[in-house]
Amino acid sequence: MQDNRQWPLFEVFIRARGGLDHKHVGSLHAADARMAVDHARDLYTRRQEGVSIWVVPSKEITASDPAETDSLFEPARDKIYRHPTFYEIPDEVKTL
Amino acid sequence: MTLPVPPDTSALFRYVLRLGDLSLVLGQRLGEWVGHAPALEEDLGLANVALDLIGQARLLLSYAGEIEGRGRGEDDIAFLREHGEYLNPVLVEQPNGDFGQTILRQVLIDAFQLELYQRMMASTDQRLAEIAAKSVKEVRYHLRYSSGWLVRLGDGTADSHARVEKALESLWPYTVELFAEDELDRTMADQGVAPRLSEVKMAWLERIDEILSEATLRRPPDRSHAWHGKRGQHSEHLGYILAEMQHLQRTYPGARW
Repeated sequence: MQDNRQWPLFEVFIRARGGLDHKHVGSLHAADARMAVDHARDLYTRRQEGVSIWVVPSKEITASDPAETDSLFEPARDKIYRHPTFYEIPDEVKTL
Repeated sequence: MTLPVPPDTSALFRYVLRLGDLSLVLGQRLGEWVGHAPALEEDLGLANVALDLIGQARLLLSYAGEIEGRGRGEDDIAFLREHGEYLNPVLVEQPNGDFGQTILRQVLIDAFQLELYQRMMASTDQRLAEIAAKSVKEVRYHLRYSSGWLVRLGDGTADSHARVEKALESLWPYTVELFAEDELDRTMADQGVAPRLSEVKMAWLERIDEILSEATLRRPPDRSHAWHGKRGQHSEHLGYILAEMQHLQRTYPGARW
Protein backbone atom coordinates (compact mmCIF):
# COMPACT_ATOMS: atom_id res chain seq x y z
CA MET A 1 0.00 0.00 0.00
CA GLN A 2 1.15 3.53 -0.73
CA ASP A 3 2.30 5.53 2.27
CA ASN A 4 0.54 8.90 1.96
CA ARG A 5 2.48 10.51 4.78
CA GLN A 6 5.55 10.68 2.54
CA TRP A 7 5.80 12.59 -0.76
CA PRO A 8 6.63 10.35 -3.73
CA LEU A 9 10.24 9.93 -4.78
CA PHE A 10 11.69 11.52 -7.93
CA GLU A 11 14.97 10.83 -9.69
CA VAL A 12 16.90 13.95 -10.71
CA PHE A 13 18.98 14.42 -13.86
CA ILE A 14 21.13 17.50 -14.40
CA ARG A 15 22.79 18.80 -17.55
CA ALA A 16 26.01 20.44 -16.49
CA ARG A 17 26.28 22.64 -19.58
CA GLY A 18 25.00 22.90 -23.11
CA GLY A 19 25.97 19.94 -25.33
CA LEU A 20 26.35 17.45 -22.49
CA ASP A 21 23.90 14.72 -21.48
CA HIS A 22 21.65 14.93 -18.47
CA LYS A 23 23.29 12.85 -15.72
CA HIS A 24 21.60 11.18 -12.80
CA VAL A 25 22.58 13.06 -9.65
CA GLY A 26 20.27 11.69 -6.98
CA SER A 27 16.70 11.61 -5.81
CA LEU A 28 14.32 13.67 -3.68
CA HIS A 29 10.79 13.78 -2.35
CA ALA A 30 8.15 16.11 -3.79
CA ALA A 31 4.36 16.29 -4.04
CA ASP A 32 4.45 16.54 -7.83
CA ALA A 33 6.74 17.16 -10.79
CA ARG A 34 6.74 20.95 -10.54
CA MET A 35 7.74 20.85 -6.90
CA ALA A 36 10.36 18.25 -7.77
CA VAL A 37 11.97 20.67 -10.26
CA ASP A 38 12.01 23.42 -7.59
CA HIS A 39 13.53 21.08 -5.03
CA ALA A 40 16.08 19.81 -7.53
CA ARG A 41 17.08 23.40 -8.24
CA ASP A 42 17.53 24.06 -4.53
CA LEU A 43 19.27 20.78 -3.71
CA TYR A 44 21.38 20.00 -6.73
CA THR A 45 22.25 23.27 -8.49
CA ARG A 46 23.30 25.40 -5.51
CA ARG A 47 26.90 25.38 -6.66
CA GLN A 48 26.29 26.08 -10.32
CA GLU A 49 26.14 22.40 -11.21
CA GLY A 50 23.70 22.74 -14.05
CA VAL A 51 21.79 24.53 -16.77
CA SER A 52 18.90 22.09 -17.16
CA ILE A 53 16.94 19.76 -14.89
CA TRP A 54 14.90 16.63 -15.60
CA VAL A 55 12.85 14.87 -12.95
CA VAL A 56 11.24 11.46 -13.31
CA PRO A 57 8.96 9.70 -10.81
CA SER A 58 11.11 6.88 -9.41
CA LYS A 59 8.25 4.42 -9.77
CA GLU A 60 8.24 5.02 -13.54
CA ILE A 61 11.74 3.63 -13.87
CA THR A 62 12.00 0.00 -14.87
CA ALA A 63 15.29 -1.50 -13.76
CA SER A 64 17.11 -4.65 -14.76
CA ASP A 65 16.98 -7.50 -12.27
CA PRO A 66 20.24 -7.93 -10.32
CA ALA A 67 19.58 -11.69 -10.34
CA GLU A 68 19.90 -11.65 -14.10
CA THR A 69 23.25 -9.87 -14.15
CA ASP A 70 25.06 -12.92 -15.49
CA SER A 71 22.81 -13.56 -18.41
CA LEU A 72 22.42 -9.88 -19.27
CA PHE A 73 25.99 -8.65 -19.03
CA GLU A 74 28.41 -11.60 -19.02
CA PRO A 75 28.06 -12.32 -22.76
CA ALA A 76 29.51 -8.90 -23.64
CA ARG A 77 32.64 -9.41 -21.61
CA ASP A 78 34.71 -11.34 -24.18
CA LYS A 79 33.74 -9.19 -27.16
CA ILE A 80 36.30 -6.43 -26.89
CA TYR A 81 36.19 -5.89 -30.66
CA ARG A 82 32.98 -3.98 -30.03
CA HIS A 83 34.96 -1.19 -28.43
CA PRO A 84 35.86 1.51 -30.96
CA THR A 85 39.41 1.70 -29.65
CA PHE A 86 40.99 1.48 -33.08
CA TYR A 87 40.05 4.97 -34.17
CA GLU A 88 42.19 8.07 -33.99
CA ILE A 89 40.15 10.79 -32.26
CA PRO A 90 40.65 14.26 -33.77
CA ASP A 91 41.85 16.91 -31.34
CA GLU A 92 38.82 19.06 -32.11
CA VAL A 93 36.46 16.53 -30.50
CA LYS A 94 36.30 17.59 -26.88
CA THR A 95 33.36 15.95 -25.18
CA LEU A 96 33.47 12.39 -26.50
CA MET B 1 34.69 82.77 1.14
CA THR B 2 32.04 80.10 0.81
CA LEU B 3 32.79 76.43 0.68
CA PRO B 4 31.00 74.31 -1.93
CA VAL B 5 27.99 72.69 -0.35
CA PRO B 6 28.17 68.91 -0.70
CA PRO B 7 25.06 67.34 -2.25
CA ASP B 8 22.52 66.23 0.35
CA THR B 9 22.71 62.46 0.26
CA SER B 10 20.83 61.81 3.48
CA ALA B 11 17.60 61.05 1.61
CA LEU B 12 19.30 58.47 -0.62
CA PHE B 13 21.02 56.99 2.44
CA ARG B 14 17.70 56.49 4.23
CA TYR B 15 16.04 55.09 1.12
CA VAL B 16 18.79 52.51 0.59
CA LEU B 17 18.49 51.56 4.27
CA ARG B 18 14.78 50.89 3.73
CA LEU B 19 15.56 48.48 0.92
CA GLY B 20 18.49 46.86 2.72
CA ASP B 21 16.70 46.46 6.05
CA LEU B 22 13.73 44.81 4.37
CA SER B 23 16.05 42.13 2.96
CA LEU B 24 18.12 41.87 6.15
CA VAL B 25 15.23 41.39 8.58
CA LEU B 26 13.30 39.02 6.32
CA GLY B 27 16.45 36.99 5.67
CA GLN B 28 17.05 36.72 9.41
CA ARG B 29 13.43 35.68 9.96
CA LEU B 30 13.56 32.97 7.31
CA GLY B 31 16.81 31.71 8.77
CA GLU B 32 14.85 30.69 11.86
CA TRP B 33 13.36 27.86 9.79
CA VAL B 34 16.70 26.13 9.29
CA GLY B 35 16.43 22.73 10.92
CA HIS B 36 12.67 23.14 11.51
CA ALA B 37 11.06 23.08 8.06
CA PRO B 38 8.40 20.43 7.36
CA ALA B 39 10.70 18.54 4.96
CA LEU B 40 14.43 18.45 4.29
CA GLU B 41 13.80 19.78 0.80
CA GLU B 42 11.89 22.79 2.18
CA ASP B 43 14.59 23.42 4.76
CA LEU B 44 17.03 24.00 1.91
CA GLY B 45 14.48 25.90 -0.14
CA LEU B 46 13.80 28.42 2.62
CA ALA B 47 17.49 28.70 3.48
CA ASN B 48 18.30 29.48 -0.15
CA VAL B 49 15.78 32.32 -0.17
CA ALA B 50 17.16 33.58 3.15
CA LEU B 51 20.71 33.60 1.77
CA ASP B 52 19.64 35.49 -1.35
CA LEU B 53 18.03 38.11 0.90
CA ILE B 54 21.11 38.44 3.08
CA GLY B 55 23.14 38.83 -0.12
CA GLN B 56 20.88 41.71 -1.19
CA ALA B 57 21.20 43.26 2.25
CA ARG B 58 25.00 43.13 2.02
CA LEU B 59 25.06 44.96 -1.32
CA LEU B 60 22.56 47.57 -0.15
CA LEU B 61 23.99 48.21 3.31
CA SER B 62 27.54 48.45 1.93
CA TYR B 63 26.24 51.02 -0.52
CA ALA B 64 24.46 52.89 2.28
CA GLY B 65 27.76 53.04 4.16
CA GLU B 66 29.49 54.54 1.12
CA ILE B 67 26.74 57.12 0.66
CA GLU B 68 27.00 58.09 4.32
CA GLY B 69 30.76 58.46 3.98
CA ARG B 70 31.59 58.02 7.66
CA GLY B 71 33.50 54.80 7.22
CA ARG B 72 30.77 52.41 8.33
CA GLY B 73 30.79 49.07 6.53
CA GLU B 74 27.98 46.55 5.93
CA ASP B 75 28.57 44.81 9.28
CA ASP B 76 28.54 48.05 11.29
CA ILE B 77 25.26 49.03 9.73
CA ALA B 78 23.68 45.57 9.95
CA PHE B 79 24.69 44.77 13.52
CA LEU B 80 25.40 47.97 15.40
CA ARG B 81 22.37 50.17 14.91
CA GLU B 82 19.61 50.79 17.41
CA HIS B 83 16.01 49.64 17.12
CA GLY B 84 14.65 52.93 15.76
CA GLU B 85 17.34 53.18 13.08
CA TYR B 86 16.04 50.15 11.18
CA LEU B 87 13.79 51.26 8.34
CA ASN B 88 12.17 48.00 7.19
CA PRO B 89 8.40 47.75 6.81
CA VAL B 90 6.89 45.95 9.82
CA LEU B 91 5.50 43.16 7.60
CA VAL B 92 8.92 41.49 7.36
CA GLU B 93 9.43 41.40 11.13
CA GLN B 94 6.15 39.57 11.78
CA PRO B 95 6.64 36.10 13.30
CA ASN B 96 7.01 33.07 11.06
CA GLY B 97 3.91 31.37 12.51
CA ASP B 98 3.25 28.07 10.80
CA PHE B 99 4.64 27.19 7.37
CA GLY B 100 1.53 28.66 5.71
CA GLN B 101 1.98 32.02 7.41
CA THR B 102 5.64 32.16 6.40
CA ILE B 103 4.70 31.33 2.81
CA LEU B 104 1.96 33.95 2.73
CA ARG B 105 4.27 36.68 4.07
CA GLN B 106 6.80 35.59 1.48
CA VAL B 107 4.34 35.86 -1.43
CA LEU B 108 3.39 39.40 -0.39
CA ILE B 109 7.02 40.52 -0.15
CA ASP B 110 8.34 38.58 -3.14
CA ALA B 111 5.73 40.15 -5.41
CA PHE B 112 6.56 43.59 -3.94
CA GLN B 113 10.29 43.18 -4.48
CA LEU B 114 9.73 41.84 -7.98
CA GLU B 115 7.61 44.79 -9.12
CA LEU B 116 9.93 47.25 -7.37
CA TYR B 117 13.23 45.88 -8.66
CA GLN B 118 11.94 45.34 -12.21
CA ARG B 119 11.34 49.09 -12.36
CA MET B 120 14.44 50.05 -10.40
CA MET B 121 16.61 48.51 -13.11
CA ALA B 122 15.97 51.82 -14.89
CA SER B 123 17.00 53.90 -11.86
CA THR B 124 19.00 57.08 -12.38
CA ASP B 125 21.23 55.77 -9.60
CA GLN B 126 23.68 53.43 -11.35
CA ARG B 127 24.43 51.33 -8.27
CA LEU B 128 20.78 50.75 -7.42
CA ALA B 129 20.07 49.84 -11.04
CA GLU B 130 22.81 47.21 -10.89
CA ILE B 131 21.65 45.81 -7.55
CA ALA B 132 18.08 45.67 -8.87
CA ALA B 133 19.18 43.82 -12.00
CA LYS B 134 20.94 41.19 -9.91
CA SER B 135 18.17 40.87 -7.33
CA VAL B 136 15.30 40.63 -9.78
CA LYS B 137 16.49 37.20 -10.96
CA GLU B 138 16.56 35.90 -7.41
CA VAL B 139 13.23 37.43 -6.50
CA ARG B 140 11.52 35.94 -9.54
CA TYR B 141 12.45 32.49 -8.29
CA HIS B 142 11.41 33.34 -4.72
CA LEU B 143 7.93 34.21 -5.99
CA ARG B 144 7.74 31.05 -8.06
CA TYR B 145 8.56 29.06 -4.93
CA SER B 146 6.25 30.92 -2.53
CA SER B 147 3.29 31.32 -4.88
CA GLY B 148 3.53 27.66 -5.86
CA TRP B 149 3.19 26.75 -2.20
CA LEU B 150 0.41 29.24 -1.51
CA VAL B 151 -1.69 27.74 -4.32
CA ARG B 152 -1.07 24.24 -2.95
CA LEU B 153 -2.04 25.24 0.57
CA GLY B 154 -4.98 27.48 -0.36
CA ASP B 155 -6.37 24.98 -2.84
CA GLY B 156 -5.35 22.03 -0.66
CA THR B 157 -7.09 20.46 2.32
CA ALA B 158 -9.68 22.17 4.51
CA ASP B 159 -7.01 22.54 7.19
CA SER B 160 -4.35 24.07 4.94
CA HIS B 161 -6.91 26.43 3.39
CA ALA B 162 -8.09 27.60 6.82
CA ARG B 163 -4.51 28.23 7.95
CA VAL B 164 -3.44 30.37 5.02
CA GLU B 165 -6.78 32.18 5.08
CA LYS B 166 -6.15 33.11 8.70
CA ALA B 167 -2.59 34.18 7.86
CA LEU B 168 -3.92 36.38 5.05
CA GLU B 169 -6.39 38.06 7.42
CA SER B 170 -3.69 38.81 9.98
CA LEU B 171 -0.89 39.88 7.59
CA TRP B 172 -2.83 41.84 4.99
CA PRO B 173 -3.10 45.05 7.08
CA TYR B 174 0.71 45.25 7.10
CA THR B 175 0.85 45.47 3.31
CA VAL B 176 -0.68 48.96 3.43
CA GLU B 177 2.62 50.34 4.70
CA LEU B 178 4.52 49.02 1.69
CA PHE B 179 2.69 51.47 -0.56
CA ALA B 180 2.05 54.33 1.83
CA GLU B 181 4.05 56.98 -0.01
CA ASP B 182 5.78 59.52 2.21
CA GLU B 183 8.09 62.46 1.60
CA LEU B 184 11.13 60.22 1.12
CA ASP B 185 9.39 57.94 -1.40
CA ARG B 186 8.24 61.02 -3.30
CA THR B 187 11.71 62.55 -3.38
CA MET B 188 13.24 59.34 -4.68
CA ALA B 189 10.57 59.00 -7.37
CA ASP B 190 10.98 62.66 -8.40
CA GLN B 191 14.71 62.08 -8.85
CA GLY B 192 14.10 58.90 -10.87
CA VAL B 193 15.97 56.86 -8.26
CA ALA B 194 12.91 54.74 -7.44
CA PRO B 195 9.63 54.00 -9.19
CA ARG B 196 6.37 55.59 -8.04
CA LEU B 197 4.84 53.46 -5.32
CA SER B 198 1.37 53.93 -6.80
CA GLU B 199 2.61 52.32 -10.00
CA VAL B 200 4.27 49.47 -8.10
CA LYS B 201 1.09 48.93 -6.13
CA MET B 202 -1.08 48.53 -9.22
CA ALA B 203 1.19 45.90 -10.70
CA TRP B 204 1.55 44.20 -7.31
CA LEU B 205 -2.22 44.02 -6.76
CA GLU B 206 -2.76 42.51 -10.16
CA ARG B 207 -0.17 39.84 -9.46
CA ILE B 208 -1.43 39.15 -5.93
CA ASP B 209 -5.06 38.90 -7.08
CA GLU B 210 -4.07 36.34 -9.68
CA ILE B 211 -2.20 34.19 -7.14
CA LEU B 212 -4.93 34.51 -4.49
CA SER B 213 -7.63 33.51 -6.94
CA GLU B 214 -5.65 30.44 -7.99
CA ALA B 215 -5.22 29.66 -4.29
CA THR B 216 -9.01 30.07 -3.81
CA LEU B 217 -8.42 32.91 -1.33
CA ARG B 218 -10.11 36.29 -1.17
CA ARG B 219 -8.27 39.55 -0.70
CA PRO B 220 -9.28 41.29 2.56
CA PRO B 221 -10.10 45.02 2.50
CA ASP B 222 -7.31 47.52 3.24
CA ARG B 223 -7.31 49.03 6.68
CA SER B 224 -5.62 52.14 7.95
CA HIS B 225 -2.46 51.30 9.84
CA ALA B 226 -0.70 52.57 12.89
CA TRP B 227 2.86 51.47 12.21
CA HIS B 228 5.68 53.15 10.40
CA GLY B 229 8.55 50.71 10.20
CA LYS B 230 9.86 52.64 7.21
CA ARG B 231 10.37 55.56 9.60
CA GLY B 232 11.82 53.47 12.41
CA GLN B 233 8.66 52.84 14.44
CA HIS B 234 8.43 49.11 14.79
CA SER B 235 6.26 46.36 16.23
CA GLU B 236 7.41 44.60 19.40
CA HIS B 237 8.90 41.78 17.31
CA LEU B 238 11.91 43.65 15.92
CA GLY B 239 13.58 43.90 19.32
CA TYR B 240 13.74 40.12 19.65
CA ILE B 241 15.10 39.73 16.15
CA LEU B 242 17.82 42.30 16.79
CA ALA B 243 18.72 40.77 20.15
CA GLU B 244 19.46 37.48 18.43
CA MET B 245 21.01 38.97 15.31
CA GLN B 246 23.27 41.45 17.08
CA HIS B 247 24.22 39.28 20.03
CA LEU B 248 27.55 38.12 18.62
CA GLN B 249 28.77 41.51 17.39
CA ARG B 250 27.69 43.20 20.62
CA THR B 251 29.38 40.60 22.80
CA TYR B 252 32.54 40.26 20.72
CA PRO B 253 32.90 43.57 18.86
CA GLY B 254 34.61 43.10 15.51
CA ALA B 255 34.44 39.29 15.66
CA ARG B 256 35.11 37.63 12.28
CA TRP B 257 35.11 34.07 11.00
